[in-house]
Amino acid sequence: MMNDPGIQLSDSQVETLLVDLIDLYGYDFTNYSRASLKRRISRLIHLDRFLSFAEFRFKVCHDKDYLQHFVEQITVNVTEMFRDVGFYRALREQVLPVLATWPMIRIWHAGCSTGEEVYSMAILLKESNLLHKSLLYATDINPSVLEKVRAGIFPLSQMKQYSENYIQSGGKRDFSSYYTAIYNSAKFDDELKTRLVLATHNLVSDGTFNEFQLILCRNVMIYFDKPLQDRALRLFYDSLEVLGYLALGTKETIKFTTVTSNFKQIDSKEKVWRKTS
Amino acid sequence: MDEKGKSKLLVIGGSAGSLSMVLHILPLLRAEMYLSVIIVFHRKQATEDTLVDLLAGRTTYRVKEAEDKDELLPGVVYVAPPEYHVLVEKDRSLSLDISEKVNYSRPSIDVTFESASDAYGESLICLLLSGANADGVRGLWVAKQAGAFIVVQDPASAEFPMMPQEAVDKVPVDMLLHENNLSTLMNFFF
Repeated sequence: MMNDPGIQLSDSQVETLLVDLIDLYGYDFTNYSRASLKRRISRLIHLDRFLSFAEFRFKVCHDKDYLQHFVEQITVNVTEMFRDVGFYRALREQVLPVLATWPMIRIWHAGCSTGEEVYSMAILLKESNLLHKSLLYATDINPSVLEKVRAGIFPLSQMKQYSENYIQSGGKRDFSSYYTAIYNSAKFDDELKTRLVLATHNLVSDGTFNEFQLILCRNVMIYFDKPLQDRALRLFYDSLEVLGYLALGTKETIKFTTVTSNFKQIDSKEKVWRKTS
Repeated sequence: MDEKGKSKLLVIGGSAGSLSMVLHILPLLRAEMYLSVIIVFHRKQATEDTLVDLLAGRTTYRVKEAEDKDELLPGVVYVAPPEYHVLVEKDRSLSLDISEKVNYSRPSIDVTFESASDAYGESLICLLLSGANADGVRGLWVAKQAGAFIVVQDPASAEFPMMPQEAVDKVPVDMLLHENNLSTLMNFFF
């Protein structure tokens, strides 16, 4: 029979930790999907080899460096370039030609993580001859990932997959022309980040800071509960120009939310909506 | 008890060689069972639409791919989408998650078994089928502690016995399933 597979967190322990995080640091995770959150905390306790919940809690509460590590690990930072090729095809063929008619294009990547989607977008804009009149705002709750966005350096081992994604999504050039290989890394061209604006932003507590023509928030709100999803969607609504676009992940929806009637999906397959009123 | 409290949840986890057992089970599901079903298969991206269609043809239950925050309703089969973990929340809705693979798998059977046991406790039935890795075994163990009913495909009848055999070796199993005792399992759902 199986030995005890590690520390089993109780719900009240999770609650205790969430209250600590608000009291001590102002990080509010109480409206994150509880099942995911519990799993990620258990995973971290296991990975960092704590012997008890009490020991883990003490570390989170008394070590600021560890807190930063905690936030990095609890928020999910799995992302890819040109992930979901159908989505990028829709951007290229349906969204960018419309954005091109605006004199200035402001795009917000909310919850940008390490920036793979931001660089994918910059490549699309460059190929559509729109990069020079665009601004890409990339925000995340987590300051350390923004440093990675600024660097624009990704593992070289991923480039084969990204290159295939790029071609399947309608890319016509040689994908390797966008980066320089240095040892095991691919450093993307500085030109792609000339229009980049980076900032920390917390979708739980921060408000609108500009008006955009396109907001992307893909596979970020799946970690939120329904009330927090509603708050974030309201924030995106308030931050979009009329006829601007909102892009979510392939298994996300704005059905059954307070903004449902203010948006129209651009086609039945892709998760891109247009603000109608 | 309210209607929601009465419903049960069946989570089926399977890898290589598990489809045929699912195709035998689906036609036996009845509306009176008041059952929600989640199917977690290890599979490649390209097969998603055809799998839902294939399963839908075998049952009177509605079959859909799981979407974020879907409410778990009786009479519905939710299929885990490729590249996402599916978690069950305490309010009996689903959350999707694209974090790291677990047991080299996304979706991972462990992830769904564990979170489902938190939400459903004794109203959960876990079924682990044929497969060639060890995903699902830890989840069965956790679900067993929470009072779930644990069913494992008889390794002798499984095309790939490794996954069910691991489960039988490591977890106290309530029932071994093969094609000839499916009706016994169905009785448990009423």
